This record gives sequence, C-alpha cells and structure tokens, in this order.
Amino acid sequence: MTSQVSSPAEQADEAVVGEQRNPATAKGVRRLDRVIIRFAGDSGDGMQLTGDRFTSETASFGNDLSTLPNFPAEIRAPAGTLPGVSSFQLHFADHDILTPGDAPNVLVAMNPAALKANVGDLPRGAEIIVNTDEFTRRAMQKVGYESSPLEDGSLDGYHLHPVPLTTLTVEALKEFDLSRKEAERSKNMFALGLLSWMYHRPTEGTEKFLKSKFAKKPEIAAANIAAFRAGWNFGETTEDFAVSYEVAPAAKAFPVGTYRNISGNLALSYGLVAASRQADLPLFLGSYPITPASDILHELSKHKNFGVRTFQAEDEIAGIGAALGAAFGGSLAVTTTSGPGVALKSETIGLAVSLELPLLVVDIQRGGPSTGLPTKTEQADLLQAMYGRNGEAPVPIVAPCTPADCFDAALEAARIALTYRTPVFLLSDGYLANGSEPWRIPELDELPDLRVQFAQGPNHTTEDGTEVFWPYKRDPLTLARPWAIPGTPGLEHRIGGIEKQDGTGNISYDPANHDFMVRTRQAKIDGIDVPDVEVDDPHGASTLVLGWGSTYGPITAAVRRLRNAGRPIAQAHLRHLNPFPKNLGEVLKRYDRVVVPEMNLGQLATLIRAKYLVDAHSYNQVNGMPFKAEQLATALKEAIDG
Amino acid sequence: MAETSREGTGTIEALSLVPKAEARQSMKDFKSDQEVRWCPGCGDYAILAAVQGFMPELGLARENIVFVSGIGCSSRFPYYMNTYGMHSIHGRAPAIATGLATSRRDLSVWVVTGDGDALSIGGNHLIHALRRNVNLKILLFNNRIYGLTKGQYSPTSELGKITKSTPMGSLDAPFNPVSLAIGAEASFVARTVDSDRKHLTEVLRQAAAHPGTALVEIYQNCNIFNDGAFEVLKDKQQAEEAVIRLQHGEPIRFGTDGGRGVVRDRATGDLKVVEVTPENEADILVHDAHADSPTTAFALSRLADPDTLHHTPIGVFRSVERPVYDTQMSDQLETAVEQYGKGDLAALLAGGDTWTVVG
Repeated sequence: MTSQVSSPAEQADEAVVGEQRNPATAKGVRRLDRVIIRFAGDSGDGMQLTGDRFTSETASFGNDLSTLPNFPAEIRAPAGTLPGVSSFQLHFADHDILTPGDAPNVLVAMNPAALKANVGDLPRGAEIIVNTDEFTRRAMQKVGYESSPLEDGSLDGYHLHPVPLTTLTVEALKEFDLSRKEAERSKNMFALGLLSWMYHRPTEGTEKFLKSKFAKKPEIAAANIAAFRAGWNFGETTEDFAVSYEVAPAAKAFPVGTYRNISGNLALSYGLVAASRQADLPLFLGSYPITPASDILHELSKHKNFGVRTFQAEDEIAGIGAALGAAFGGSLAVTTTSGPGVALKSETIGLAVSLELPLLVVDIQRGGPSTGLPTKTEQADLLQAMYGRNGEAPVPIVAPCTPADCFDAALEAARIALTYRTPVFLLSDGYLANGSEPWRIPELDELPDLRVQFAQGPNHTTEDGTEVFWPYKRDPLTLARPWAIPGTPGLEHRIGGIEKQDGTGNISYDPANHDFMVRTRQAKIDGIDVPDVEVDDPHGASTLVLGWGSTYGPITAAVRRLRNAGRPIAQAHLRHLNPFPKNLGEVLKRYDRVVVPEMNLGQLATLIRAKYLVDAHSYNQVNGMPFKAEQLATALKEAIDG
Repeated sequence: MAETSREGTGTIEALSLVPKAEARQSMKDFKSDQEVRWCPGCGDYAILAAVQGFMPELGLARENIVFVSGIGCSSRFPYYMNTYGMHSIHGRAPAIATGLATSRRDLSVWVVTGDGDALSIGGNHLIHALRRNVNLKILLFNNRIYGLTKGQYSPTSELGKITKSTPMGSLDAPFNPVSLAIGAEASFVARTVDSDRKHLTEVLRQAAAHPGTALVEIYQNCNIFNDGAFEVLKDKQQAEEAVIRLQHGEPIRFGTDGGRGVVRDRATGDLKVVEVTPENEADILVHDAHADSPTTAFALSRLADPDTLHHTPIGVFRSVERPVYDTQMSDQLETAVEQYGKGDLAALLAGGDTWTVVG
C-alpha cells in the first residue's frame, strides 16, 4: 500500500491461518486472516460488477485488499465459450497485503466455461460454488467436458457447492413483473448476496448502489435487491453452507486517516485534477479512446466544474496535438493512451521535446506488439517511452507502483513537466489501471505546490542595450526555457520543430549550435531533480531485486516470503526511469547479484546494464498477467543461490 | 458579402473575446525581424503582404493573435508574422490549433497550410476541424505541387501530372478542396488567388468575421515546380472566361460584359454555364452564401474544369452560422459549475464510501 519500499510488518502473505469457531451463532463461524475469491462467468454475466460490489463492501468493512479484473477484449464474446470468460479476483485480509493473490480459496463459476478456465488455478481443498443450471450437456460439450465435472469425480479434491443459481434467482423474483430472461440477469446479485453472507460483508452499500444505478427503473432495482437478499438468505438457511467466515478489519495495517477504495485509473484521474489545482492551471485532456486508458477520459469528462476541458479527438495524433496546442496556451496539458497510441504520438512528442513545453503523456501499457492483448497487462513500452522518437529526444519517465500510487505519480509527472518545460511519460499499466486497493485520502495541504511563473517581460539585453525576449534563454538551474503564453504583450515569438538558435530561438542550421542544443536538451533531462532510490535491506543481503512500476506488489510479497524463510534479500523499486536516481549506480554496485523481474523481455535490465555496466539478471513474464508472489519467490531464491 | 455581425462599437462578434490593440497598427507592426526565405517570385510573398496588410484592420492586440502551421513552404509563414506562432509538424496544425483555440478563447488563431500538408498527411485533421467548427481561420495555400520536397505531385495535382515521382503521369484523381470542405460540413468556405490582393483581402475580412472554422483556399503560384498553374485565372484576357466571381445576393455572371451566367439545369438539377440572353436572364442563379443547404454551394464548386480551370468560381461559396465548438465547450464548463458548484477537490477525493482508521 505504500509507495516506497520501506520495512513494513513482515507478515506472512501465505497460508490461511488462525481459524477459530464462534459458538455464539447457530452456524459455525471461522475467523480467517485472508481470503482470495474469484468470480468467473460469461462476459455478459456481470462478473466485473459483482467483483466491484464485493470489493466496495470489503473496503468499507476496513480490510486491506487488492483486486485483479481479467476480461476478454470482446464486449460480448460468444456465450459459454472459454475465450468469453470474464473474471474478477479479490484478495482481502486483516493485515497489510500486496497482491491480488496467487491462487483463489474460493471460485464462483457461473457456467462450465468459467469452471474449466479457472479450476487449474485452484489449490486442492478450495471451495467451488457452481451454478448447476448452466451445466447442461450442450454447455459442457461446448467447452470439451465429455462428462459432467460435477458428477464424474474430477472435482473430488475440492469443496464443491452445487447451487442452482439461475433457478433460485428466478424463483425469488416470481412476484416481479419480469420475463424469465430479465429475472435471470439478476443471478450475479444472488451470487453476490451468498458470498456477502459467507464473508460477513456489510450489505447497505450494495443496496444503495443498486437503487442509484437503476434509479430510472425502480422495478429492476427492486428485483436486483431482492435477488441479492435471496442469495444472502440462501446462505443463512441452506445446509450446504455450514460455516461462514470472518476476516477482521485490517486496522493495524493502516496509518491513521480516512480511506477509500480506488482503482489506478481513477487515482490517476484524480491526480491530474489535483495537479491542475496545485499548479493553478486549467487541465486540458486531448485523447482518443483506447483500452485500457479510456476510463481516464471518461472520468475527467465528468469534472468540467473543475475547469477541466476534455477533447475526444479524431485520432491519437490529434489528441496529443490538441494537448500540445493547449500547453502552448498555458494549460496543464495531458494526453492519455496505450502503447499503440504512443507509437502514433511519437512525432508530436518529439515536437514537444523541441518546443520545450510541459505535456503529460499517460501510457496505460497493455500486451503488445501491435494490437496485442488490449485488456491484459504488460510493461513492454519502457524502451518505446525511452527511445521511441527520431533524433535525440529525451523524455522523463515516471511509473506508479500500485493503483493508489497513480495519484502521487500523476502529481510527480506534472511537477517535472511544469518545472522543466518538457513532455513527461507516466507509465501505468492494465493491472494498475483496473486493479484497486485502499487509499488514504490526502489532506489538500499535503499536496505539492506546483505553481509556475509565466514569462512576463524581456529577459535579455542586446549589445545595443535593447531589452528583448529570448524564448530559449534558459534558467541556469533547471535549464528550463521561459513559458511565454500568447496574450502576453511584448513577448510575441515563434517556435517550431526546426532546430533553434540557442537563446533567440530563431531557425538555425549551424552545426555547432545544433550540437550544443542536442547536448543541452539532454543535460536538462539528466539534471532533473529526482529523489534517491531507497533500498530495503534489513539483513545485509548480497542479492538485490530491482523493479519498477506495477511489479511492486508481487516483488514485495515475494521478498517477504523469502525473508520469512530466512533468506536475506534486498529490494529497491524505481519510480523514476528517466533520469534514474543519482544514487542508483552506487546502490547496484553494492550487491553481488542484481535481479530485475519485469513483465517484458528485460527492458529495464537492458538500460541498467548499458548505463551502469552491471551484470543484471532478468526474470521475465509476458503472459498478460501480473507475477504471482510464489513463483517470483522461487525465482528470487534461485537467484540468491546463484 | 457575409454580413459582419457587429455589436457596440464595431466589434466583430467572432472576435469579441479577443482584446483590442491599444494603438493604431500598421502593416509594419506585423512584420517580424526574420528574413523571408521563400524562392524569389513565389506566390507566398503576395499572400504574406496581403495578410500583414489586412491585420491592422482587425485592430486586435498583436499578442492575442497566433499563427500555427504544419510543414511545407507555406508553413514557414508564422516566422514572418510578428505575432505568436508555431511551426509544427506535417499535417497537424489544425489539431494543435484546436487545442489552443478551445482552451484560449481570447486568441485569434490562424492556421497556415498547403495542399500537401492539409489534404494529404493532414487530411484527417482538416475534415474534423471543419465539422467541429472550432474558431479557426485556415488559409490553405494550394499550388498543386510539393514544393519543399522538390516537385512531386500533390493531392490537388491534375490527373496524369508528370513529376519526378510520376514520370509516366500521376494516377491519382485530385481533390477539389472547396468540394471537400463543403462535404466535411464546413460553415465557411472561400477561394481566392494570391495575385489578386483586393479579392484576397476581402475574403480574409469575411473569414475573420466568421464565427467558427473558416477555410480559405488560396491559389498560389509555385514558380519553381509548377509555374503558371493558375495563369488562366490571372491573365486578364483568359480570366474573363475562366473566373466566376461570386458575390452574395448577386446573379452569378461572368465573361465579357457579364455575357455568361450560371443556371440550374431543369432536367438534372445540376448547374451549368449558359450564354445570357434576354429570355434566360431571369433564370440566372443568384448566389446565396447563407443558404442552409450546402447543395448549391457544392454544385458551384464542381463547375470548374480540373484540367483547364475554366469556370473557376472565386469568393465565398458558403458562410452559415452554426454552433461554435469552443463556445459550446466553455458553455458546458459553465453549466457544470451551475449544476454542481465550483469543483471541490477535497470532496472529489473523498468520494462516497470512506472509512476511518483511528490511532
């Protein structure tokens, strides 16, 4: 939950421990310290909504949590097929946790496809709740089940709860004036009610949510609430569910404060609005819809009363073009996209480098190359962000490490852009964007002051004593050029993508001047003030694991496991990828071995090896999913053992 | 003539948010200190002089005027204007200018582009700027050739054009920029010629007064790679038969003593050129630039022969009032404040569902 690697309570992020019966109730109650639940169904079954609701209930209860939505790129993939399965995994605990969890303790499978696609991830003994109504011969054959897995003994190692979810839902809604098909749609709320009973979740929030979501269709709202309550009551009364579970609030894991649950894209959107307020500049977003970045466009479009202008452009190039135009005019300008969009924006990013105007380029990375895996996560745009332009065109890069951290990272990217008058990459990814966790809501006076001074008058005296304005006369400390916005009398000037003469900004093809300008632009980026990287190394380890971006959670969880097993390992996590923290080279040289886990084929490792001549080892995964803590722990253990 | 909307003391409504100049301006005020580097004899010089000469008439604070260009010979234009300016990248000027104009309604934003910049690499941005009706004035210098890259055919070159990249003749049918703009829902479309300073200035005047996107196609001579492309429209004798001067509210007549005119073909509804006779004089089409329907303006844009340029209309084809994008965007911001109050960051961050951890 923290944005920096520190030394949190070293709690085992492993087995379910500490069960105890609660004799006060008719049914058994067991206390767990953490649970991982996965809801899985057809992409039309409402699994994401179900997961979101369970998450909100869990957040308001005060557990720590981490989520992993996983859905196909198709809006409605063919029903009942394996590619059409959509799932939502939630890990919640009475202590500080870092990942959505490796293996679910509970799987809710709404149809045979959902069972087949997910059962392989379950440990033996896990609970499986299946909607038996969907286990027809045809539906099972569609996904290759020759016999019913509910009857052929293949699930003997699990704790199976066969529940006719559809029938029960339709039965519960028979008083409503709904067609069978309409009534069936509420079966996800029945499942949510059942799970809410099983885990003692507060229900008011969900009922309130349903009332507001279907405010214009009160009948539908009432039906969904009825299904939700029926699911709860079913758990309470049926004998199949003999026990329910308690997971106490994670009060001790959290510093004092007010909390909410937040996803990465929402946190990032709020970070942009906050940056606009802190800079006292209007926010302008130029964007073209693309998964998984579109939610930022949607969110910012809702906040026009903050003076936020959102412009849905005709293409990616126009999105960044409009943003750059707004930056020229004095807005805090942003463009949001994913990898393919970055490719299209590259030329304009180069122009922004040359114009030296502040601009945020938000890349919510997804699986590539080309269209790749639009709804899956990857970290493979690092080198594109670093080098993907013609000429020497350095761009700072900031990467958030958890969903909530997207808020702070957005403010940090804005600070760099505004201070140094440069485009800045903010590299989030699909896992951070859609995942969520509790966030301590900051007080406004904790936010950084991002105010800038526009140029107001001449900044140079010529040989004949005339006071003039030079658009490329730099601040000696930051090397930033003045930001002189149209409307300022006396500072009329022309800028462009052609090489400029140092100082005056006039067109210049002079070889020595070009050499000087290329080196100066590079020096400006190299000189950006970024905090030192912190190393978490309580035991004086000889192996360092170095990560960046969204791998923070899994890496930290793996590090905890190793240390709990008595294996010292040091951890450092990079928020600034360009420039690197000044102390990074020295940190790397302190360790015998450096391991770099990445969801790509070794992009940070390549940069580290090139810059510091360190024999960094890559550990890579590019399957569209975040690392699992156990698998990472094994890999890191092997690295320690050399 | 599009009526200039006026309010109070001669303010052009489209520019009402742009601060006025404190002192009287002259052409000299709009010349930057940069040496103009177009080829000697280039049509761009005449356009630059016309724009610099016209600007004082608007009486706007110079610092609130911005010229944005793409890439190409014409796109060097901003360097020579003593206003704010940006020489951007190929084809993207309308997109950049859209961001500037929508976020700064106190600016008068002009886009300078060419036939390659606007219609080839930047075609997408041009059509979308036109349909949105952002408050931009787009000057499209059309010389029907690529100049800066030394003479390849452009999207407005005539079919079969022999150039370095098409030694056996180009295979592409050309765009007619006026037809394209009308098809893209443009609210103001005009055409003029670099060498006709008076006409060019008058068209600029109307474009400047237009609320929304104005597209002005300016036929411009590239004396190096496509010299004389518009000679038929410039040579006094030939122009009599070639040029049709459009005047809102006037019958569309041209030729010696107005001997020829445009009428509607009763059979097809299309327009055609006829010799004017006492019998058909009453049938001569009266130009209505403000017609709601773009149909007749489009038909007028199709009169010219793309090869010979005979029957080329110049002037304002279409000038209609339509909601302006940047005005509406600002209105939405104001409405949001009225509905929800001015944004409260603390309340936004807190959201609805929170819980508190106490020590």
